[in-house]
Amino acid sequence: MAAEPMLTWIDERLGLAAWARAGLRKVFPDHWSFLLGEVALFCLVVLVLTGVFLTLFYVPDATSVTYSGPWAPLRGQSVSAAFDSVMRLSFEVRAGLVMRQIHHWAALVFVAAIVVHLLRIFFTGAFRRPREINWLVGIGLLLLALAMGITGYSLPDDLLSGTGLRVIYSVVIAIPFIGPYLAFLVFGGEFPTTEIVSRLFVFHVMLLPALLIGGVLVHLAILVRQKHSQYALAGATEENVVGRAFWPSQVFKSTGLAILTAAVLALLGGLIQINPIWAYGPFDATTVSSPAQPDWYAGWLDGALRLFPPIEITALGITIPSPFIPGVLLPGIAFGVMTLWPFLEAWATGDHAEHQLLDGPRERPLRTAFGVAGLLVFVILTLAGGNDVVALVFAVPVEAMTNILRVAIVAVPLLGFGITYRICRELYDRREATGERRGSVRLRRTAAGGFEEIEPD
Amino acid sequence: MNASRGVGLALAVSIAGSLALVVIYVVGGSVQQQGIGLALALGGMGTAIVIWAVALIDAPIEIEERHSFATSREETAVVDSRTGAEEISRRRFLAQLLAVAVGILGATLVLPAFSLGPQPGTDLFRTAWRRGMRLVDAGNRPIRPDDLVADSVRTVFPEGFVGRPDSQTLLIKVSPSDLALPSGRSAWAPEGCVAYSKVCTHAGCPVGLYRAKEHLLLCPCHQSTFDVLRGATPIFGPAARPLPQLPMEVDADGYLVALGDFPEPIGPGFWDMTHAPADGG
Repeated sequence: MAAEPMLTWIDERLGLAAWARAGLRKVFPDHWSFLLGEVALFCLVVLVLTGVFLTLFYVPDATSVTYSGPWAPLRGQSVSAAFDSVMRLSFEVRAGLVMRQIHHWAALVFVAAIVVHLLRIFFTGAFRRPREINWLVGIGLLLLALAMGITGYSLPDDLLSGTGLRVIYSVVIAIPFIGPYLAFLVFGGEFPTTEIVSRLFVFHVMLLPALLIGGVLVHLAILVRQKHSQYALAGATEENVVGRAFWPSQVFKSTGLAILTAAVLALLGGLIQINPIWAYGPFDATTVSSPAQPDWYAGWLDGALRLFPPIEITALGITIPSPFIPGVLLPGIAFGVMTLWPFLEAWATGDHAEHQLLDGPRERPLRTAFGVAGLLVFVILTLAGGNDVVALVFAVPVEAMTNILRVAIVAVPLLGFGITYRICRELYDRREATGERRGSVRLRRTAAGGFEEIEPD
Repeated sequence: MNASRGVGLALAVSIAGSLALVVIYVVGGSVQQQGIGLALALGGMGTAIVIWAVALIDAPIEIEERHSFATSREETAVVDSRTGAEEISRRRFLAQLLAVAVGILGATLVLPAFSLGPQPGTDLFRTAWRRGMRLVDAGNRPIRPDDLVADSVRTVFPEGFVGRPDSQTLLIKVSPSDLALPSGRSAWAPEGCVAYSKVCTHAGCPVGLYRAKEHLLLCPCHQSTFDVLRGATPIFGPAARPLPQLPMEVDADGYLVALGDFPEPIGPGFWDMTHAPADGG
């Protein structure tokens, strides 16, 4: 094979063979939950590939033009050059629409995979010493992914995303003392401005991807340096890593997963319509569509705005506008607690030791209960972000639905906290009492239809 | 079926998918065909590799030792000596001055960011409405009270500013006897016509829905609901302030004209909104 002389040639100049050999022999624990972060990584690859294609056709320009493409309902209407370019990409560029839809689906799955990966890390305590730094990098990556999502979502300059930008502007302007100045800097003046589309474009295709990809590289480098944490399965201790070598088993598995992830995204992008901007129409500052929901990961923020009571305090001549608390303070606290969690937990439990073995969620009832309560807040707020749609589904007035959710946002997380804590405690205590070893339980179905446990052999 | 046959079959699916994709591209197939073709090409290959990994590669379980990361004191000591670093710590004042200079330079380099936007100035306090301006619809036609159908809503602008976002206004005609406007505003509603800013006082969306029977304006973004008969006071949802009302009268030609700008800032709140600038208006 020609590859070997080539590799020798490179090695004689860079001396990488020993390093590469060590890398290929690296041991990875074999567990499906360790692949969640990989799914996010592969979505990012799909996003970059499809995104480059889209960039070649997109025009970041808010100048008005007259639409004259094949989509009859909009013909003759005044639209922005940005909207026009996305219409052309969708209807006239071969493979343009499938690329756009795969890109959008990949963005949704990207954020979803990051969130599920984060939940796995949280509930198994993988963020504990020595992995606090990578937890911080991970939170940064989540924020960058959200920023990518929101900036990209707004680029087509359609009516729905324009409404989203308007709400963001109103939330920024609500920040005491600096809000109006900050909003005017970001948007280039009072909303709506012609500057914002080209600014979002610069962020979406240049600044944010550079930070995101750089952050991913740091995330992976730290992972390789620190080695994987692992579940307390057979042979695993705090001093070792039990698993299979990177080459060939893990390389094959991960490559297969990467291509299958892309296949699922291709299927979604081909078969399930997403963000049909021709149905929403171009942005117009005096029009709004109903119902209007953002992409899934931003729904909870909109839900918080919808549920918050109409409180606008003016004291000493300073007004705290109503969107400030749900729109700025609440997500600020949520991300703040999430960011500091490893340090808060270490401080609260006094546990500053290194942990290479992962917890089962039941072994840390308080942490698990906090996590479940946080998730329930997210779920209820997301439902609230679609309170008009939910009200339609259940055929109740939207006012009643909102009031139900206002109660639920307080009651359900508290209830979830209590129930989760009790379940974890009991599961844990029962196991402690019976002295069972960790591991799975084998069940046999009895003739009577019940189940009995098979004694481990 | 054994695993190597499975791999072969999956790869055949992948090749077929890729070839189909070429045909679909050349003849200009639908987005659905493109998606399915690509999914087959990728899915076949991914499946083949995963079967290969799971069934045909028998990798042994291996154990790798971990090692501690903290650098030992001996190693750090070696780095610290004979490097010239002590020349920095000896000149403490200069080092501190350097840190201060770096900080000031850094702050200075941020300055160009302020070129990105104008100062808010009076923009958030003023719209285009001025005394004597006619109310016109999106087609730039002035409006007489008689042109309006009772309980219908129309989006209007100041004459000469059609489409201007901060000046969009809702004009509604109701029965004058139903109106219960706040005190001092009875003259603002000639022949039962009332006009309110269309920009929601919560998050700035156009208040686009009108429930005519109940005389309620509803913002579709966050469901803030305003009572048209009582000065657009919010009765439900997150909005805390009424939609500002446009003072207006009927001019000599019988058209609706503004008596001035909105008395308060329109749209979403901001921290100094109660400090209207004294100039102009």
